[in-house]
Amino acid sequence: MTLNRRNLLKIGGAAAALPLLGSRAFAQTEPLKVGFIYIGTINDNGWNYAHNQGRLYLEEQLGDAVETTYVENVPEGPDCERVLRELAQSGHKLIFATSFGYGDYVIKVAQQFPDVKFEHATGYQRSENVATYNARFHEGRAVCGTIAGHMSQTGKAGYIGSFPIPEVVMGINSFVLAARKVNPDFTITPVYISTWNDPAKEADAARAMIDQGIDIITQHTDGPAALQVAEERGIVGGFGQGADMSAFAPNAQLTSIIDNWGPHYVKTAQSVIDGTWESKDSWPGLAEGEVQIGPYGPKVPEDVIAAAEAVKNGQIDGSFNIFTGPINDHTGVERVAAGVTLTDAELLSMDWYVEGVIPPA
Amino acid sequence: MTPELVVAIIVTVVGASTPILIAALGELVVEKSGVLNLGVEGMMLVGAITAFVVAFTTGNHYLAILLAAAAGVATSLIFGFLTLSLSANQTATGLALTIFGTGFSALAGQGYSARPVTLLGPLFPAELAAHPVWRVLFGYSALVYFSLVLVVAVWWFLKKTRAGLILRAVGENDLSAHSIGYSVVGVRYAAVAFGGAMAGIAGACFPLLLTPQWAERMTAGRGWIAVALVVFASWRPFRLLAGAYLFGLVMTMELYAKAGGGPLSAIPAELWAAMPYIATIVVLVLISIRRDASTNAPACLGKPFLPSS
Repeated sequence: MTLNRRNLLKIGGAAAALPLLGSRAFAQTEPLKVGFIYIGTINDNGWNYAHNQGRLYLEEQLGDAVETTYVENVPEGPDCERVLRELAQSGHKLIFATSFGYGDYVIKVAQQFPDVKFEHATGYQRSENVATYNARFHEGRAVCGTIAGHMSQTGKAGYIGSFPIPEVVMGINSFVLAARKVNPDFTITPVYISTWNDPAKEADAARAMIDQGIDIITQHTDGPAALQVAEERGIVGGFGQGADMSAFAPNAQLTSIIDNWGPHYVKTAQSVIDGTWESKDSWPGLAEGEVQIGPYGPKVPEDVIAAAEAVKNGQIDGSFNIFTGPINDHTGVERVAAGVTLTDAELLSMDWYVEGVIPPA
Repeated sequence: MTPELVVAIIVTVVGASTPILIAALGELVVEKSGVLNLGVEGMMLVGAITAFVVAFTTGNHYLAILLAAAAGVATSLIFGFLTLSLSANQTATGLALTIFGTGFSALAGQGYSARPVTLLGPLFPAELAAHPVWRVLFGYSALVYFSLVLVVAVWWFLKKTRAGLILRAVGENDLSAHSIGYSVVGVRYAAVAFGGAMAGIAGACFPLLLTPQWAERMTAGRGWIAVALVVFASWRPFRLLAGAYLFGLVMTMELYAKAGGGPLSAIPAELWAAMPYIATIVVLVLISIRRDASTNAPACLGKPFLPSS
């Protein structure tokens, strides 16, 4: 055999395959292959970063029992169907699809692979082998809203959203309901920018808000761009989303909502290994530690921290729910009667704004 | 609307317009030489990550801009080699360059996304730059003034200099230019490198002018807007200036309208996002129904130079 490139490749390929065969032969059971698809990059310091931290936590906790793969920058379109199918075909028995827009494709691919379990984050469609999971970010938003209500001087906040989906609408409503418990005149203006990741547009949206009298910025996009503008302009501040962003805005970040997906990923993978997995919706929050409140910024005074902690602890022990009536919608019509709390199903299909939201269009 | 708000809007519009103006001026020169480089988005991303890394490690913004330009040139020369020396298809190679630049910048940017830098400060002293009204003229960083000077420089070069005339000749009729002794490939290499340098600087605008961070794909399609803008401007530098600011105005007014809740906020976000492209199509239609149509696009645009055939 002459040593040309083709033969070299063969040798290399065989050598690379050897350790793989070895581990297959001697391992007692096959590790569970777990796939993750992310809409953005794992380096966004926000949404996708947090999911990837959850994946790493899963590997750390379950060790050799799992083998994980991730695919990043998967758009919410036909491409994601292809990626899902490739993961399913390559032996992944549990697949986490971590963005809202993957929903229809997850349902479609899941029909073709009945022995693969799919978990769709922030979604609402389930089937035999598709479960949904989410975290109660709106609980964290209520804590942020409380801080905003206390600290805003103009009583006006801006909310940079990606798309008007229930997940985002819920967060806006929770934020303003909490702020209005402190300052009844508080208003919030949502600006939808039709993308999860366009930092320059997020920054310009923040500028547009600040130039028009808004002194608190909060965002439901994946990066720290808006907070950086808040820092640069020296307004009251903003909130980190998905992860602690104090490196970008040491003064302007009042606190952050931290996503902690790890426990859910461990629990789910373990249930697939044990054969106890079932299709359901899981929606833990502050109480379970899946949503956490980051450190408070240097500008937040002690009494505001105490108020924020009270709202946080009330949600942890169940004594406080931000979506308990009376709640009026933005036109002033009562939507939730006094003492009534919105159900999870009502929250997951939320398509109306509460009083205090200046609705887009 | 208060004067302060008008000033604030103008300042934001200028920021949003500057990168597309710089990138489009580079692409205009490239296209005038008869080459279509669709890799602007990719070259911008390479420039953006280069500028970010240099600004982060050295803290020197001007060095960051310079090296971003150099990185843009290096990236553009890959395109130049494939299309000019090897006569590869320009459209396909340009698209490949965008894919390459996106991937390369993401790879090079690993580990840099959790790091902030500072924006390039204003060129003029704070008394002028921070003045509530005069900042509309003096409140910008050097990148903005550079982009305006560049408009005049490109116009003057193409219209008034011998070198500009040769470049246009190469773009209009490469075989004739070749037959009277000009190096078609040499001129085109120079144009492509210039386009790369400008795309690199346009990329540098993202971490240094707009949002002081690195995020993958942070140019978010503005390279494509720059390509559309060249057509929109029918290859004229001053029309391009107007177009860039019009596109910047559209991109910015969307956000101000929504944040302020005025009547314009009723326009759906999708329509706002599509406006630059709709405007380009409208301009193309207007150009083509005019009597003296088709005189503006360089005649050899996108054609490989094959003197022997």
